[in-house]
Amino acid sequence: MADIVIDRVAKSFGDFQALKEVSLSVGDGEFVALLGPSGCGKTTLLRIIAGLETQSSGRVVIGGRDVSGLAPRERGLAMVFQNYAVFPHMTVFENIAFGLRMQKVGQVEVKRQVDRAAALLHIDQYLDRYPAKLSGGQRQRVAVARALAVQPAVLLMDEPLSNLDALLRLEMRTELKAVLREAGTTTIYVTHDQTEAMGLADRIAVMYGGRIDQIGTPLEVYATPATRFVGGFIGNPPMNFIKVKASGGQIRVGSASLPAPVRDAEIDLGLRGEDAALSADGSGIPFDVRVVEPMGSHLLLTGAIEGQLARIVTPPTARVQAGERVGLTVDPSRLTWIDAATGRAIART
Amino acid sequence: MTATGITTPRPAPTSGIAVPSARRFLLWTGIVVLLIWVLLPIYFVALGAFGGRLGVFRWPKSIWPTDVSVAPMMQFLGIEGVFSALINSLIAAGLTVLFSVLLGAPAGYALARYAFRGQTAFRLMVLLTRAFPLAILALPLTVSFIRFGLYDTPFGVSLIHTVLALPFAVLVTQSLFMGIPREYEEAAWVFGCTRLQAFMKVVLPLALPGLAATAIFAFVISWNEVFAASILTVRERTLTAYLLKVLSESPLHYRFAGGFILIIPSVLFIFAVRRYLFAVWGIASK
Repeated sequence: MADIVIDRVAKSFGDFQALKEVSLSVGDGEFVALLGPSGCGKTTLLRIIAGLETQSSGRVVIGGRDVSGLAPRERGLAMVFQNYAVFPHMTVFENIAFGLRMQKVGQVEVKRQVDRAAALLHIDQYLDRYPAKLSGGQRQRVAVARALAVQPAVLLMDEPLSNLDALLRLEMRTELKAVLREAGTTTIYVTHDQTEAMGLADRIAVMYGGRIDQIGTPLEVYATPATRFVGGFIGNPPMNFIKVKASGGQIRVGSASLPAPVRDAEIDLGLRGEDAALSADGSGIPFDVRVVEPMGSHLLLTGAIEGQLARIVTPPTARVQAGERVGLTVDPSRLTWIDAATGRAIART
Repeated sequence: MTATGITTPRPAPTSGIAVPSARRFLLWTGIVVLLIWVLLPIYFVALGAFGGRLGVFRWPKSIWPTDVSVAPMMQFLGIEGVFSALINSLIAAGLTVLFSVLLGAPAGYALARYAFRGQTAFRLMVLLTRAFPLAILALPLTVSFIRFGLYDTPFGVSLIHTVLALPFAVLVTQSLFMGIPREYEEAAWVFGCTRLQAFMKVVLPLALPGLAATAIFAFVISWNEVFAASILTVRERTLTAYLLKVLSESPLHYRFAGGFILIIPSVLFIFAVRRYLFAVWGIASK
């Protein structure tokens, strides 16, 4: 088992700066998801940790050992690739045994470990098949089993579920979480899918434009985004941002007035769709409903607050018509305030 | 890139139930026509080669082999120079295969895997080697070969044939290696392989069919090449060069025998590596 310290790692491809001095520490046995849109540098960071890419500057320390200059095979880790990279000319057994064979583990032990990993991922009946005869989901299981068979101190996963269809993805996600918890492996998991990151990870590092915008537990990242990007990227519907003007430590939206963290400035009010409730008497923040979408578990209202687009989630029993103006009440402690100039959250006072 | 990597030919439909009889009939007619198209000329050449002087001139021709014996062929092989020319051709073609694959495959690998300055220029230059007619180079080549002691050796001939085969070897292996996802290698590195081990254990097995095709190509190019072989050899003729010189003055059945001998090695070679051409991973080659 091992912890990972990423110390001011930067990477440039020519003039393009893919990573700008990223630092991150992952505790022993922790599951951290690198979440971000494509091109944010998350895969580059993962490949640098794996040793498949060389950082322009900075260090990677795994288990107290500086591995920055080491080849991938010397870093004592395992990896699951986005397109599985299961070797097509080897049987499932040989695929799973690959890492053990390279470590020159004895035949009996190889068999034991392969059987264990295969049983864990429910592919024990396919051991003598070739990958060409497996479905995408089964190949994915082989790739995970191959990584777990070597009992790695560190497991890196690069969008391992993105090639699966939606239903299978959900199934694999649940299973992966159970398997990895049991193995207790330090895991870094790259994904652009927020539900995957929220569901799997102990902590999420949200990346954007070659930086880590925020590191925190799924709930922290969701409830108290550190930047406008994090708020807008995480959550479905994303966080609403309403431009307001604070004066004298207060803001006014319609007839409602709320305490603001600054005295006089242009700021953005960040509001989660489910943190607003319809007021009984139409008082509070005025919200012009344009579209009502019944989603089953909730109603999704799309409309405008002071002419600015907003999405609000209400209980499915709420009686709201499109074209109506309703009032919203909000809990001030659940609001996020964003500095309009920097895009960063303003610390609560 | 696709997840499966190497494209493998789908197995032909095997069950007769799925294929309607009319389509099946068409399929088999096609197969028969193709077989006749390819095999009949070879068959007639063989008849001429083994039928001896009388067989060649008999009219009307018999489709069925009569008076066939290996005697005419042995006679032909017994002619002074034929056998050693055959050996020279095999040596030259074998060396050409060796050099083309050993030089071409790494070049193709580099082109497929690494971005480097001058890559496009290199690709163009590789093709440009074919832009110079060999006839123009013949004299300077001969002079240089004499100077280096390469003149009149199968080794020297194979060098020129390698030059001819190399562009194809480089370009074919390049697309071959591009078809093998980089992730396979990266996975091998992560799981404990050095770069060389990853290549030997993962890339090479997957590349074998394509490398076999490259080898066949190089072999056939060398085996059939006559111009360079003719000007670069005097006594140590390759078979094509030798036959070009002597056949015009030979009786007809010798020409058939010569033609037959020219055909056979290529056919045998392709037959020998065929399983690498059609190998389908997961569906063990029959």
